[in-house]
Amino acid sequence: MSNVLIVDDSASMRQMVTFTLKSAGHGVEEAVDGVDALKKAKMGNFDLIVSDVNMPNMDGITFVKEMRGLEAYKFTPILLLTTESAADKKQEGKAAGATGWIVKPFSPDQLLSTAKKVLG
Amino acid sequence: MGINLEQFHQVFFEEALEGLDSMESSMLAMEEGCDDSEEINAVFRVIHSIKGGAGTFGFAHIADFTHVVETLLDQVRSGEREITKEIIALLLKTVDCVREMVETSQSGGDADPDLGKDIIERLNQILNKSTSSEAKESLKQESAEAEFAGIGWQISFVPHKQMLQTGNDPVRMFQALSELGEISTSVDITELPNLHSLQPEESYLKWKITIKSGCREESIREIFEWVEDECDLEIKPLNNEEQQEQSEIQEAENKELVRVERRNDPENDRRKDDDRRKTNYGRRKSDSAGGTSSIRVGTDKIDELINMVGELVITQSMLGVLGDGFDMSKLEDLQDGLTELERHTRQLQESIMRIRMVPINFVFSRFPRMVHDLSEKLGKKIDLRISGETTELDKTVVEQIGDPLTHLVRNSVDHGIEMPEERSASGKPEMGEVHLNAYHKGGSIIIEISDDGAGLNCEKIRNKAISAGIISENDELSEERIHELIFHPGFSTADVVSDISGRGVGMDVVRKNIVRLGGNIEIKSKQGHGSIFRISLPLTLAILDGQIISVGKEKYIVPIASIIESIQVKPDMVNKVSGKGEVFELRGEYLPIVRMHEFFEVEEGYIDELEKGILVVVEGDGRKCGLFVDLLLGQQQIVIKSLETNFVRIQGLSGATIFGDGSVALILDIPGMVRQATERHIEAV
Repeated sequence: MSNVLIVDDSASMRQMVTFTLKSAGHGVEEAVDGVDALKKAKMGNFDLIVSDVNMPNMDGITFVKEMRGLEAYKFTPILLLTTESAADKKQEGKAAGATGWIVKPFSPDQLLSTAKKVLG
Repeated sequence: MGINLEQFHQVFFEEALEGLDSMESSMLAMEEGCDDSEEINAVFRVIHSIKGGAGTFGFAHIADFTHVVETLLDQVRSGEREITKEIIALLLKTVDCVREMVETSQSGGDADPDLGKDIIERLNQILNKSTSSEAKESLKQESAEAEFAGIGWQISFVPHKQMLQTGNDPVRMFQALSELGEISTSVDITELPNLHSLQPEESYLKWKITIKSGCREESIREIFEWVEDECDLEIKPLNNEEQQEQSEIQEAENKELVRVERRNDPENDRRKDDDRRKTNYGRRKSDSAGGTSSIRVGTDKIDELINMVGELVITQSMLGVLGDGFDMSKLEDLQDGLTELERHTRQLQESIMRIRMVPINFVFSRFPRMVHDLSEKLGKKIDLRISGETTELDKTVVEQIGDPLTHLVRNSVDHGIEMPEERSASGKPEMGEVHLNAYHKGGSIIIEISDDGAGLNCEKIRNKAISAGIISENDELSEERIHELIFHPGFSTADVVSDISGRGVGMDVVRKNIVRLGGNIEIKSKQGHGSIFRISLPLTLAILDGQIISVGKEKYIVPIASIIESIQVKPDMVNKVSGKGEVFELRGEYLPIVRMHEFFEVEEGYIDELEKGILVVVEGDGRKCGLFVDLLLGQQQIVIKSLETNFVRIQGLSGATIFGDGSVALILDIPGMVRQATERHIEAV
């Protein structure tokens, strides 16, 4: 199955996403912020990145920009975890090169169907 | 897929509470004028994370509450709104409120619908909008999603050239569409350049899609949601004629155009729609909340542990090889191996102990807020200084030392530090200081709470103790002993029982709690200059370094930390006091002697003459005495086994241990023994 990198500073969100994706048969790696994620992305080979927006050290938007600058991740789907209230964040994320977004709060099923949408 | 979200609750609670603690200290820093944009960003992230987590894990009331707070914080963060004292105060209240909500959910309680209502009202006032209008707004949004029961849709989809560069693939969208119903697609390739000038990163194709489905327009728009701004999208309802026409055109175009067709089972469609409507999936009451507590361990500690186990395995295999065909010529190797094994076992034990160690900051971090609130309430000016907050101690100790410490800090703030005018009158700076400090000393952790306030009033304590019948009027007590009286049950010096301290637990309970953890507390105080409360606690509760002593045929363990020295006395150092006890002189100090064989009623084989045995000078609760024993045996690490699960508590004993050879020895409760000895001594005097 696919390899997914989940980036979130919240441990409970990471656990939930990891557990959900793993039980659907995906390989999952976790990163706690943009800096950590960038490091792991360079070392690994991911088919999908799911990232939070508000994080310390490097936020999700900057992280997406950095990722799109890497040859290996030019077309890799990157989904941002946003909240309904942050409409401008969605546009900012798109402008930075994000593929799409998942609106928080989301259920495990919503997460899986969205992942399916980009992974096929 | 049925994933039980409850398994993530505990992590969410812990993370939320941790976040709230850091938010609180950020707010306090901001109040003191720290105007760091990173500080406000951190606070925003805390609330944002809690909101996201609460929504995801089904705590809608927490999510709703934090949503309003987040809106305000977002305005502050983006510079739209100045942060004022009022906002800080309100945010501090918010911290309390969210904490209460989280704790209630954690303990499995039902949410109090009125909790935080006043805060929300105030926040909304600041945000200039009423709660009701917001509620209406969201209601409107829902009703706007009108059902459409047409026969299908005609979609024109023209991606902009750069659409592929965000990782969006049209094929995936068509797949998603095909799940809504039967689709037929035609593609216009007129824009497609020849191979030489084709840029693989750009999109040149235009699609026309017909979908036969009773789905709503929103369902289709949702699929194209991510690329709204990167394509031209037209969606028109299909009527019967158009559909006919469309399929005819399609039929004709078939030969030259690429065509994708997919069919999906209608059962699946219905399920999907149900899922979408079911956004409010988790308002269940959690019953497994609370549960076992978890501990966060740094990976370095785990790595160290794994490393140690590796070493242990190597030593074990070395000894295994040695065991095959062993003869006496290899004795030295065997001894070396055993020494190594001992060293590794000890290191492994230390590493495992370290896992249970957490920084004392877990407790200290609650005090800035508390002192801030209290000093405001009392009209005092207090600067709280904290040092040594990274000092680590056993998790159980950290959890249980919280209440006694809170009591002591409250005491310092309430009774210790004087009112500003009183302070300036006595030549002190108006700003009083309370200092919390923690550090290692020998095998113990010392926690000090000191203040530069009024100090203990000996006269007042004495009078109070006399009127309470604790001491008699004729008792001559040293200053130290008078200070100790405040630990006596039922003793309170506060003139008025204030609602800050002097209610609920007294100092006797504080001491009892500390003693239960194997520690003790002492006071140093000077009237007019301030007080120091010094708590010493064992590093860990399960293991201690012990000195083995023997009396007759019995063996006992004295915790090494409590031994000051061991001496052999000469007859002229010893005095008998009115037949009740013996004392000996040690550097000008008279200390009571406890004959161990008498204390524990050892039957035979003990040494009776003082000059033939050994006096072990021990200290407990700040007082000393000499234990008279036959012999000092070895020192070793002692694993403490509790006696009280099987036996009643015996004076002078704190537990037992089992030696390598299977024999049992009792561990002495030195503070208890010393107290008993000195009390007897005082009676005798």
